[in-house]
Amino acid sequence: MACKPNSFVVALCAAVFSATCAAQTIFPLTRADILAGSKFDFKVEFDGVVDAAQVKVTINGQDYSKALGKSAELIAREDGKEVSSLLLRDASISKPGQYVVAASDGKGNATVTWTVYATPAKRVAKNVILFIGDGFSIGHRTAARILSRSVEGGKYTGKLAVDDMPYMALLSTQGTDSIITDSANAAHAYTTGHKSCVNALGVYCSRATSTLDHPKVETITSLAKRRGMAVGAVTNSEIEDATPAAMVAHTRRRSDYNDIVKMFYDSKIDVMMGGGSPNFLPKSTPGSKRADDVDYIDRFKQADYKIAITKTEMLAAANDVKTTKLLGLYNTGNVDGALDLKFLKKGSVAKFPDQPDVPEEMAAALKVLSRNKNGFVLMVESARIDKYSHSLDPERSIYDTIMLDSAVKQAKEWAKANGNNTLILVTADHSHAVSVVGTVNDDEPGVEMRNKVGTYEQAGFPNYPAPDAEGYPNKVDVSRRLRLVFGAYPDHYDTFRPFMDGEFVPTIRNADGVMVANEKYKSVPGAVLREGNLPNKGARGSNSGVHSGDDVILTAVGPGAEKVHGQMENTDLFRIMAEALALAPQQHGAAKADKKQ
Amino acid sequence: MSLIGLRSGGCLRRTFFLSALLLGMSAGQAADKISLDTLLSFDSLYKSVGVLGTQYSERAKLLNGKEVRMRGYMAPPLKPESKFFVLTREPVAVCPFCSSDAQWPSDIVVIYLGSALGPLNFSQRIEVAGKLEMGSWTDPETGFVSQVRIVNAEVRKL
Repeated sequence: MACKPNSFVVALCAAVFSATCAAQTIFPLTRADILAGSKFDFKVEFDGVVDAAQVKVTINGQDYSKALGKSAELIAREDGKEVSSLLLRDASISKPGQYVVAASDGKGNATVTWTVYATPAKRVAKNVILFIGDGFSIGHRTAARILSRSVEGGKYTGKLAVDDMPYMALLSTQGTDSIITDSANAAHAYTTGHKSCVNALGVYCSRATSTLDHPKVETITSLAKRRGMAVGAVTNSEIEDATPAAMVAHTRRRSDYNDIVKMFYDSKIDVMMGGGSPNFLPKSTPGSKRADDVDYIDRFKQADYKIAITKTEMLAAANDVKTTKLLGLYNTGNVDGALDLKFLKKGSVAKFPDQPDVPEEMAAALKVLSRNKNGFVLMVESARIDKYSHSLDPERSIYDTIMLDSAVKQAKEWAKANGNNTLILVTADHSHAVSVVGTVNDDEPGVEMRNKVGTYEQAGFPNYPAPDAEGYPNKVDVSRRLRLVFGAYPDHYDTFRPFMDGEFVPTIRNADGVMVANEKYKSVPGAVLREGNLPNKGARGSNSGVHSGDDVILTAVGPGAEKVHGQMENTDLFRIMAEALALAPQQHGAAKADKKQ
Repeated sequence: MSLIGLRSGGCLRRTFFLSALLLGMSAGQAADKISLDTLLSFDSLYKSVGVLGTQYSERAKLLNGKEVRMRGYMAPPLKPESKFFVLTREPVAVCPFCSSDAQWPSDIVVIYLGSALGPLNFSQRIEVAGKLEMGSWTDPETGFVSQVRIVNAEVRKL
């Protein structure tokens, strides 16, 4: 430990309880759980320019190059700065166990401990389907259940598909830099099994200048592809957005959309669907968001992908038994959410009238991926639960939660009809501060909307019509509706009613840089100005609701699901998938045992 | 460098001061002299907005290189001292350069100012008058790639 005796450093050391305040930073960070045989970049950052002769880096007492099988590059002046780093790309450790890594530059020392874990000799699951409801919190779950299932005698008449699972756990979502994650490092935890920091995908957050130079860790896409499996990612966000990008990307900054398109291409992922087409178009094409003239639509075509830009094309491609690779791009931005797509026809539905919803994307993906006899990994995201929670639009977030449930229901039916050898995991990447607090009843007397809010027994039951076959009520602006509230918000007008003309835009930045309520909603009858409880100016100013640090629920069914229980780290979900698919290389003894079976 | 790929660090969350003068009245009077058929809406700019690219309308093509007016909202700028800003159909609350998960809408128009502009509220609907330019162009100073521009522009509040 190289803690200098000044109060700041002492406080920092006390705060992090670990060796991370030493002169060197070692990546992967301490307490990393590493899948045996998975690739990772090994990096030691020294706090000054070091003398190569003085540098000593060991793993379990041996020179690191022996443990990792190759030598690293010692970068004398990283990014031209007066600091040295040791960097070894694509390292891996095949033998499970505890590994103590020590680094010294002759002056200071740092130590971290990693756990390398193996997986069972035989895989129990042929396929894995990972559902991520982005921002999907308990409030959304309860609200979706109320709209999709009736109550008789105080009991729900049926379970949601996401609830009707034998195994459940609470996942904590904090990262390496903060108790709050964003969708990048949250999804990264699932797809790599490593923790990282806000905005990062497939990397640890180091001091590298370029967003693309940070120490990488291997994704489940890469691991599964190495074993001959098929991999897919389908979403209703832009395909480059954080959650789907976590399947393939390695960048410190999730907004590197053009780089992420290349990473999708390089990953050879078999199926990818969502919105976000402009980053695939060469800059000479009107509507492009690329900065170069690479035509990724054409590159994917050349790599034998079928391209679909409408639901009709997607269905045709998926039904063609020869299709094994499919790129579906259905919108320039996000694919419209369920409420707009199916009922209100707002958002961009007029512009893109033939978009699939998430369950339809998933069904097409299952057809294509299941043509690979080695099995598949499919990530299915209902992305706009989160986006509509950021925009404080309760009804749209609830309808997209119902859409997630509808997809899960279909996946369970598919798994049952296809060999019962698919592990299905349903979770969120992070939560929002959302709660069902009662109902709003327009028939209450007076004009003040707050006095129409029913709590406790006055809440009663809302009067949405009975849900359709997919679980959606076909009318959302009913007279007695759910009151789903957001606990963390910027200044906005609370209208106490659904936004029938399009997604809520609660907050605008004014000329002084202050986030203020969008005056557009001031004239809505009964609208009340809510003074925000989030920062409204400067770098921290927020124009939307924010993620919360609450745990998220993971439910699971299928082979390997029994490992889901109690309270777990989000990174444990990766391990559950890796174990179910036996993704680690087989140890000698284990391989023999496998052969005997 | 691209619309969303700039690596030039964080956004300066300051007011968009280019200089002291707000064009309010004078630009308004000037706009009255421009005939109505030069008013181009976001909808009439494109024949189609498709997944595989947008197609400009015949009218927009006819107006290319000519004086036009467009109405929309000023997006929070890349830098307070920028010579250009982004005009959007609807208000954009955050600067997509600053927010890691924000993206520009795909139908933005980039406005290069002909003269000084005072502080503007980003929720204030504005009208921009200037010469229409279409086609991919990379700003040499910032690397910002734009598809549709109004150059030598003047701005007035609506």
